[in-house]
Amino acid sequence: MDSLRSLAVEQQVALLFVTLFGLLTLTTLLALGRSLREREAAQQVRYERFRRDLRAVWTGAALFWIAWASGALVSTLLFGVLSFLALREFVTLTHTRRGDHRSLLLAFFVVLPVQYVLAATRLFNVFTVFIPVYVFLAIPVVSAFGNDPNRFLERTAKIQWGIMVCVYGMSHAPALLLLDLPGHAGRGAFLVLYLVLVVAAAQLAQEAASRRLRRRPVARAISRSFSWRAWGVGLAAGAAAGAALYWSTPFDPATALALGLVAGGAGTLGEFVMKALKRDAGVRSWSGKPSVTGAVGLLDRTAPLCFAAPVFFHSVRWHFGV
Amino acid sequence: MKLPEAAGLLLAFVARLITGAQGHWYGCPPKAEQRIYFANHQSHFDWVLIWAALPHDLRSATRPIAAREYWTATPLRHWITREVFNAVYVSRERSAEEDPLDPLMEALDHGDSLVIFPEGTRGHGSEPAPFKSGLHALALAFPQVHLIPAWIDNVQRVMPKGEVVPVPILCTVTFGAPVALQPGEERRAFLDRARLAVIALRHVR
Repeated sequence: MDSLRSLAVEQQVALLFVTLFGLLTLTTLLALGRSLREREAAQQVRYERFRRDLRAVWTGAALFWIAWASGALVSTLLFGVLSFLALREFVTLTHTRRGDHRSLLLAFFVVLPVQYVLAATRLFNVFTVFIPVYVFLAIPVVSAFGNDPNRFLERTAKIQWGIMVCVYGMSHAPALLLLDLPGHAGRGAFLVLYLVLVVAAAQLAQEAASRRLRRRPVARAISRSFSWRAWGVGLAAGAAAGAALYWSTPFDPATALALGLVAGGAGTLGEFVMKALKRDAGVRSWSGKPSVTGAVGLLDRTAPLCFAAPVFFHSVRWHFGV
Repeated sequence: MKLPEAAGLLLAFVARLITGAQGHWYGCPPKAEQRIYFANHQSHFDWVLIWAALPHDLRSATRPIAAREYWTATPLRHWITREVFNAVYVSRERSAEEDPLDPLMEALDHGDSLVIFPEGTRGHGSEPAPFKSGLHALALAFPQVHLIPAWIDNVQRVMPKGEVVPVPILCTVTFGAPVALQPGEERRAFLDRARLAVIALRHVR
């Protein structure tokens, strides 16, 4: 591990991408080899799901590489577009009225670009408070000018929630990429990778555990698979993944473990919250089949990241006192 | 590539970016045969949505109906409807010697497909208004043309009446199974059946 730590940043980054794409290629080849065999119907369903997930991982990895290789501007732009698509999906699922038109325009065409410009220019102090403080006031003001008191609080709250998750949360991913910690400049890619891997490990472990353990679900109406023990397994997996990756980060092993715990917990709970939102909107399954509104599940896939990124970002900044 | 073609591609891209413009081919496949698509009408955006939901090859042969007085009033409007969309112009004012359906008949004689909104005007309620008789006349005159019902969902939220800038919200266009005029079917009965075929697509999942 120490030999890995002593490499130059560029070498580490190169190693990182070679490992990442090597693993992906290997998995794809193995899956291809297995797909040639005959399967039963249940296996076929499982395989289809696996292939879909694998494709999503490939897309994610490619995006991540493009984001890193093309620098601050393109990576922020890329996450900005992702944010736009996620917010579009969110707004589709909530019931807005005619009076919300102007505040939605504000959200899409002013708040979203400004937030990403703030991230790209590394104005992290403004970046952190812009949406929770200034936009928090601006949205209800514009909505009130819409002259429609009908379910006002509900509508405004929904728009603000959407902005918080899809814009504020997501914008912390490029912010991490651009975050220069004292003595660790240019290593933002590792922070993003650390976050993504930790959250993914926590999610996968939780899912596997809930299938094996068959515990009583905590909130049956929202998720049939979420139980405290499975969540604990996910948390432990997140922490373990975090500690195992400590060499790639500016943290010492204990901090890496703690941050893995924080990020994994935030990601899995974020996914749980998104499930509740899905139930509320009456969407049974997002992943795969598009529903009538055409929502194709981008929100579903990015939700854990949207919730975990701000928590992780601010924990890191707080820890380093920047 | 010529300018109108490029403008068309750009418009379709913007429409897809803002609304997704997903076409769900539920009752028939997208196919290069002569068709009349008829749909519910809630917004100025409806035509662009159907057009963007069609596969690229079918777009040039599928034409909208445009009110001549409005869409030829300025050079830009005239250029967009004429060059990009290849619209069929119809006069709002009915004159004694000309049937308003004549331009539509002419386009169908050429072998083009049409998109029409048989409600006549943009609706307000959740249900489409009763259909005007034009659809029946066209079905009677061109029995070989397939009549495809379509339901446009969510578009009234994208651009409510009186607003100029569209809000990004996902919309879908669901295309249903062809409706054919039965031998000896009454005009009103046929129009009601066609309207129900459009409404039925709302609940397709």
